[in-house]
Amino acid sequence: MIIAEQKPIPEIAAQVRQCRKVLVLGCGGCVTVCQAGGEKEAEILASALRLMGVREGWDTAFDSMAITRQCDPEYLDGIARKVAEYDCVLSLGCGVGVNFLAERFPRTWVVPGLNTKGAGATLEAGVWEERCLACGDCILHLTGGICPIVRCSKSLLNGPCGGSQGGKCEISPDVACGWQLIYDRLKQLDRLDLLLEVREPKDWSRTHDGGLRRVVKEEARL
Amino acid sequence: MVDDGTEAMTAERPGGGGPAATAGGGPSFEPRIVAFCCYYCAYSAADLAGSMRLQYPPNVRLIEVPCSGRVDPALLLRALEEGADGVYVAGCMEGDCHFQQGNFRAKRRVGAIKKLLSQIGWEPERVEMYNVPASDGARFAQVAREFTERIRQMGPNPARGKKVRS
Ligand code: SF4
Ligand code: SF4
Repeated sequence: MIIAEQKPIPEIAAQVRQCRKVLVLGCGGCVTVCQAGGEKEAEILASALRLMGVREGWDTAFDSMAITRQCDPEYLDGIARKVAEYDCVLSLGCGVGVNFLAERFPRTWVVPGLNTKGAGATLEAGVWEERCLACGDCILHLTGGICPIVRCSKSLLNGPCGGSQGGKCEISPDVACGWQLIYDRLKQLDRLDLLLEVREPKDWSRTHDGGLRRVVKEEARL
Repeated sequence: MVDDGTEAMTAERPGGGGPAATAGGGPSFEPRIVAFCCYYCAYSAADLAGSMRLQYPPNVRLIEVPCSGRVDPALLLRALEEGADGVYVAGCMEGDCHFQQGNFRAKRRVGAIKKLLSQIGWEPERVEMYNVPASDGARFAQVAREFTERIRQMGPNPARGKKVRS
């Protein structure tokens, strides 16, 4: 899922306090799962902003609701009338949701309530961590399922580097060295041979530099 | 709970146990307090306090919940929005929750709302978490007195009498 966390409320308030009427819009997708921007979080944030407005004397009304997903056009169409009643939508979707709302509602001011952290997983209740940087050319079959792009601080393809000490990365004693993890796992699986193969450079043109990456599945089109 | 600034949450019933109002909201300020009380402990303790004829301030309005873990953070904020001067959650003693973890969850959630309140310029002390065993009516009354006094010193909720929610 996409993992995200809420911006500090004063930062959010600075984006919206000049508005007349704000819709705090949650998303029922990933950000509900990581408890950053679902219906409940939208309700709490709207409440907090109203209380802050009372204390600071702003004249802004805040309502909240959530839709199934902010990244699918049909759900945005479903709230078009509602959105027209507001001069600002404060989106609690990930960055994709904010972008998509702004595209769909060109006359409405749309602002982000979350900082989107990446593609991650649930480690335990209340803890989420990234696992993939969406490089567009997955090489996990070469690294024992451990991603060097996200786990190695330098995204090296031929680690570990000289900064690897006792299993830790040189950036911090709290960060495991991604390449040590890869080495240990390949060794355990008796696949160290994978590290001896000479490879072509990774195809970074599939990453984020050649315009927006688009996926098309012809048979799914209408 | 509708705050029309008049009677719904005023607390001027006779026989109140609280001392005469002093600081904070001026001499006539009577705090309005909402207490979310777990059925298995604090709510029963309130009953017991009644049977024991213990006095506690009439400022405290009890809302029975099946577990302190039921108290969503949104409810605490909602009570403040609707004009409560203070809100507390009263759950079982730690380790005694009927649903095992409910009171620990409540404690964390109250902690999170306190942090949120400081971010938005409100006094975090307007919300609190207490543990009150079912067998301790005196503790229930003591918590009610303590919290009422704290809020009395703090003064009224700035949202009182305003239409905060549309
Ligand atoms: S190699 Fe690329 S696609 Fe595969 S997990 Fe790493 S970042 Fe994601
Ligand atoms: S120590 Fe390991 S994780 Fe850190 S940069 Fe070097 S190879 Fe990457």
